[in-house]
Amino acid sequence: MVIWRQFFKEQGTVLRKYIFLEIICFFPVSPESALTCAPARDRCCYRNFLGIEKSSAMTFFTHLKPKFWEYVGTGSGPGRYMFNFRRIWKLTVLVTLGAALVPLSVMTLLDYRVSRDATLSEIRMRTAQLTSNTKRNVSYFLIERKAALDFINHNDPLESLTAPGTLSTILQSLQKSFGGFVDLGIIDHRGVQAAYVGPYDLLGEDYSDADWFKQVNLKGIFVSDVFGGIRNVPHMVIAVKHVVSADRYYVLRATLDAVSINELFSGLEVGGNGDVFLINREGILQTPSRQFGQVLEKMSLPVPEYAEKSEVKVLPSGTGDLIMGYAYIPETSFILVITKHKDLLMESWNQSRMQLIALLIISTVLILLVVLGGTTFLVNQIYLADGRRLMTMHQTEYSNKMASIGRLSAGVAHEINNPLAVINEKAGLVKDLFSLTDKYSQDPKLMSLIDSVLSSVDRCAEITRRLLNFARRSGTRLQYIDLAAVVTEVFDFMGKEAEYRCIGIEIDVAEDLPRFRSDIGRLQEILLNLFTNAFSAMDDGGKMTITARLRKRQQIDVRVSDTGHGIPQSDIGRVFEPFFSTKIGKGGTGLGLSITYGLAQELGGDIRVKSKVGEGTTFIVTLPMNPPETMGGQNEKGDCGRGDEDTSG
Amino acid sequence: MKRVTVGGEMKILLVDDEVEFVSALAERLTLRGIDVEWVSRPEDAISRVEQRCYDLAVLDVKMPRLSGIGLKVILQKKCPDMKFIFLTGHGSEESYEAGTAEAGSAYYLMKPLKLNDLIRKIGEVMGS
Repeated sequence: MVIWRQFFKEQGTVLRKYIFLEIICFFPVSPESALTCAPARDRCCYRNFLGIEKSSAMTFFTHLKPKFWEYVGTGSGPGRYMFNFRRIWKLTVLVTLGAALVPLSVMTLLDYRVSRDATLSEIRMRTAQLTSNTKRNVSYFLIERKAALDFINHNDPLESLTAPGTLSTILQSLQKSFGGFVDLGIIDHRGVQAAYVGPYDLLGEDYSDADWFKQVNLKGIFVSDVFGGIRNVPHMVIAVKHVVSADRYYVLRATLDAVSINELFSGLEVGGNGDVFLINREGILQTPSRQFGQVLEKMSLPVPEYAEKSEVKVLPSGTGDLIMGYAYIPETSFILVITKHKDLLMESWNQSRMQLIALLIISTVLILLVVLGGTTFLVNQIYLADGRRLMTMHQTEYSNKMASIGRLSAGVAHEINNPLAVINEKAGLVKDLFSLTDKYSQDPKLMSLIDSVLSSVDRCAEITRRLLNFARRSGTRLQYIDLAAVVTEVFDFMGKEAEYRCIGIEIDVAEDLPRFRSDIGRLQEILLNLFTNAFSAMDDGGKMTITARLRKRQQIDVRVSDTGHGIPQSDIGRVFEPFFSTKIGKGGTGLGLSITYGLAQELGGDIRVKSKVGEGTTFIVTLPMNPPETMGGQNEKGDCGRGDEDTSG
Repeated sequence: MKRVTVGGEMKILLVDDEVEFVSALAERLTLRGIDVEWVSRPEDAISRVEQRCYDLAVLDVKMPRLSGIGLKVILQKKCPDMKFIFLTGHGSEESYEAGTAEAGSAYYLMKPLKLNDLIRKIGEVMGS
């Protein structure tokens, strides 16, 4: 378990680095990043860049990488992109991802913005409603108490109010009915307190120079700010003027405890860690605030500008944005302020958005996986289909080429064989005539010269015969074969090259190897291709070994080994693929081994390869001793097709 | 030069459009004591056979106007007991086998041929 965990941890790191590099190379965001991709494309550079060992990178990505990824098209001109499968893959992925992810992203973004604006709008509306309702409550609170004082003024004459005990009775009634009243006093038109009932001794106090007295004279009513006064207890004053005659009036003045105003806000439910309080026009707190200071302290927020109706605005603050609802209380200096924390109010929306974003991410990952997997599968299928199609085309081309060579060889052989026959007969006749003459028959030099001519004719005849034997047969033709003779015959074609390049040849065909049924033409092609391949892989002075052994289950193994450069392990699984060649651009077509593979399959056999870099390569062809008769079925057709050509003398 | 005896007093007709070849071959066989006549045109071969039947005809397969195979059919109608050996310049084993099959019971040799091979074949055909 621990080993697996470690494995996945390591592979995960590799994968992240690999994806990072691929993204940079896929979408180069700057010229510099594009430049880094050229060397990074190389596997070794990848490993250097990633700082990972060869083995871990290879084992993981060799399995992930599709077959077409390393394929490099060699075409040019307008059709050069037709076989650039990596480019096709990239374009398909880009287009598909664009078609899938762009609408999804746009919808998510739109939903995000619309739902956020709707939620914010609803929060503002609710705050405005709360502000408006609370403003009415505060106004009603003050109007109620002013109305009570007005009622007292109109109901009781001054003499009655100033009579001992009357004011006290009224205060008790007010405290009982409304609450919050602390004291009650009557100030005459000179500003002298003519009557007073309350906890202090204020009778005869002169208020003629007090601002509130001047304002009540002017406006008929006065509502003060909250202040501490001599008791340093927050309270406020409501004073109402009552005109008795043209030159006579008095003022009924009541002190209200600030606690009674606070009680107005105690029952309010304000979400988002909200706060409700009153300030005056200077921003001094009239009621306590949980977040912005104590009563009679300066509020830490700016004083909102005047507005006739309730307003809501968003203020930035150190702990995030604040939603502030405010309303100016008419005929007072009070401003009602309600604050809420926007982030807290948006929390539920944020949660739903997080779920949506998580859904978007999961969807994106799924789409990515489906698109990558689907595109890779489809492009791989196209690659394989193209490979098969091209293989068929090239096999047809190869067959036609071999058939043309066959026809050409047959024509050339006939044209050469006839004059050869003439030379042969004429030289033979000369020899015969000389043999009949004593003078010439005893001349060894003359006879040697004629024998030399006849010997050269034999050599030429052997060459034309060998050429014709390699002419491509049009169908599979099973016959009993002596493998040693076939190997020797094929090797004759390479003999001169081996001699020039000092390549050692060892042919080891088991003596007990029986004759077996196969198609000699195809077998010759297989061996010739393998010999040619071995010669290409070796430097001068190498060694090629051909061994043939009988295996169990009626099979024969033919091994062709060379001491060449060898094939890297990364390529060994691809040597039989069409167009795979390490000699592309150097004369190799990448078809030789794939055709050889196809020929071995046609013979009902198989071909495998073993190789080690620097030591050499061994190809092992396994052939059945008794191939299926269905292969021989092509024989008749092939012979019939060929009969007309080959029997013409 | 060793004289050979193949089939007693038999008469052989050589037919090949290559005059140089067929004349030299005929002379070599004659030197070895074999009674040989030669022609270079199929029509001449038919004329000769109309005059008399030969024991054996050695025919080139590829000749102008009439192939050796076609000529064999004509000659065999005239002389049913006549034997045949074919020569061809298409010297592959495959064409040899295919040609042998088409020529029926006749024999088939590839050019350039070895004279001893031909004499041996003549002996085989004539049963000696």
